[in-house]
Amino acid sequence: MQTIDLQDIGLREMNKTLHAQADTTNQTAWEIVNPKGAHAIACGLDAPIEVTVKGSTGYYCAGMNQQATVNIHGSAGPGTGENIMSGKIIIEGDASQYLGATGHGGLIVVKGNASSRCGISMKGVNIVVQGSVGHMSAFMGQSGNLVVCGDAGDALGDSCYEARFFVRGTVKSLGADCEKKEMRAEHIEILKGLLDEAGIDADPSEFTRYGSARNLYNFDVDNAGAY
Amino acid sequence: MNKHDPKGIPHTTPRQSATFTQDINSDIRRAAATGIYDIRGGGAKRKVPSFDDLLFMGASISRYPLEGYREKCETSVTIGGLHAENPIELDIPITIAGMSFGALSGPAKEALGRGASAAGTSTTTGDGGMTPEERGHSDKLVYQYLPSRYGMNPDDLRKADAIEIVVGQGAKPGGGGMLLGQKISDRVAEMRNLPKGIDQRSACRHPDWTGPDDLEIKILELREITGWKVPIYVKVAGARPYYDTTLAIKAGADAVVLDGMQGGTAATQDVFIEHVGQPTLAIVRPAVQALQDLGMHRKVQLILSGGIRSGADVAKAMALGADAVAIGTAALIALGDNDPKWEAEYNELGTTAGAYDDWHEGQDPAGITTQDPELMKRFDPIEGGRRLRNYLKVMTLEAQTIARACGKNHLHNLEPEDLVALTMEAAAMAKVPLAGTDWYPGKPNTSY
Ligand SMILES: Cc1cc2nc3c(=O)[nH]c(=O)nc-3n(C[C@H](O)[C@H](O)[C@H](O)COP(=O)(O)O)c2cc1C
Repeated sequence: MQTIDLQDIGLREMNKTLHAQADTTNQTAWEIVNPKGAHAIACGLDAPIEVTVKGSTGYYCAGMNQQATVNIHGSAGPGTGENIMSGKIIIEGDASQYLGATGHGGLIVVKGNASSRCGISMKGVNIVVQGSVGHMSAFMGQSGNLVVCGDAGDALGDSCYEARFFVRGTVKSLGADCEKKEMRAEHIEILKGLLDEAGIDADPSEFTRYGSARNLYNFDVDNAGAY
Repeated sequence: MNKHDPKGIPHTTPRQSATFTQDINSDIRRAAATGIYDIRGGGAKRKVPSFDDLLFMGASISRYPLEGYREKCETSVTIGGLHAENPIELDIPITIAGMSFGALSGPAKEALGRGASAAGTSTTTGDGGMTPEERGHSDKLVYQYLPSRYGMNPDDLRKADAIEIVVGQGAKPGGGGMLLGQKISDRVAEMRNLPKGIDQRSACRHPDWTGPDDLEIKILELREITGWKVPIYVKVAGARPYYDTTLAIKAGADAVVLDGMQGGTAATQDVFIEHVGQPTLAIVRPAVQALQDLGMHRKVQLILSGGIRSGADVAKAMALGADAVAIGTAALIALGDNDPKWEAEYNELGTTAGAYDDWHEGQDPAGITTQDPELMKRFDPIEGGRRLRNYLKVMTLEAQTIARACGKNHLHNLEPEDLVALTMEAAAMAKVPLAGTDWYPGKPNTSY
């Protein structure tokens, strides 16, 4: 285990050190202490390493992540895991706005709650939230899965495309063109896989699936009010 | 004698309304028939105060000119030296603006790269991401970071020579993008991670930040990911140029790209293009003022765009304080867009060469703003690149001609004192005297 004290070496040196790890590194376990809510911690990683941040993080922790696993032992600021491509981010506390925004792949797990716009414009990422998510979650979601074990706020999945949403609790309101969908065997399978991978013990059959009604895919004057 | 008026009383001539013009009436009929606003490409078509309303004075007894073929007039510019380890060095101060793959075909993007590289300048990606064609053929490629983040990935980000965070475009300040189903080919759909054939809306606001404080953190993140190597530009529409330039500099931008309302777009609502934003002429001085007030003029570069067509426009932009310009529409015309040689086909589409702007429909006879494989074949990227290079060279020579006549050995040495204005509006906007006077509206310490 390599330990980096962020207050000692500063953001640039810390990220530089982590970026220097190649695919073949054998220093795979890293610990960052004294994060003190700093921004852009461990962003742009691209190696199969495991980074554990001992405390809360600011904006864009693990942004654009590739391959790495980033554990946040605290709460995570806005835009955590934005545009994640692959790898894993596990947040022990709560997550602020825009969690996993535009993420293309990989998995993000939140043990607490996630705030508004969770999974905004998601493009393939999987996000599993043990608690609840705020309003406008998965706005314009293109693909990937958002799993919410608690409740979802207003306007879930507004203007979404092919992303799937699984919610166990209540949904305050659905966004434009988002509708309740049938939970078929294949969806139970997908959900079960995601819950297992996230290490969350929940019964897939208790969830409801939501997704695009696909009414806004091509302009129709009768839907003008929804644009 | 008129059959409706057997008594022979004289008629007034039929008169068209200045309010309800034929153009306006056709807009109303189109709206009534379709129920949707008009979407088109290009920039504002209405007449607005522009660089045409400015003139250079040239040399005189008190200013002597440089000899055309003997005395040097430099044109190079360095962009992004403030924070970046590897600033962009350009031979000429005319860059190619960001235009999306999706709006333009792959070969058209390749031609832009070829032409720009041959002329010693940069080109820019656009909405939809980076294609191998344009990376491969562009010596210096600026990678746009847009609200939609279509095709956005860290590998391409690290391949870029500079990053341009797009906040707005002059054609549509506050608006997002639009790519209609016709243009969503398999390749475009895959790059954007969306189903084929559906209308695509690009967001108007970034998904993970709002406001200047967030922007500063976003810039930090992008610098961390790219190791502080490449410059970061911020592109804003000509909405509030003084404040936007100030805020972009404070957020840590290396360069500000400022785009006036004549600036082209691939597609948006006509009402947006014609009624939102300020003319390019009106936005330069406030932006330069912001740079000067912060002591950042020539340290943070100002790249101006929106209706730049000639070396005269380049020289005027630079005289007012810009470091470089960017061109979109003019580059497409140089490639062959709206060429009268396709007139018969433009007519079939219900338009005429020069007026064709339904780029979003993907039926471009010139094969440039299309994803149709048959139409694309009409466009030769090598020939297109050559034409663009020629055009860039001509613009540069023109700008040098003017600069030498004004006695300047570098385009950057052109200054507002070299200019006069033809109209009161232009004088006020450019803060240069109305021709024949020593006055402009708003000049400090003058009474009028
Ligand atoms: C076909 C086309 C596509 C464009 N796509 C983008 C884009 O993806 N991103 C962007 O910031 N600007 C885009 N623009 C705007 C240009 O970057 C630039 O601001 C504008 O073209 C400058 O004005 P000009 O066309 O009068 O030269 C596009 C413009 C055109 C004509």
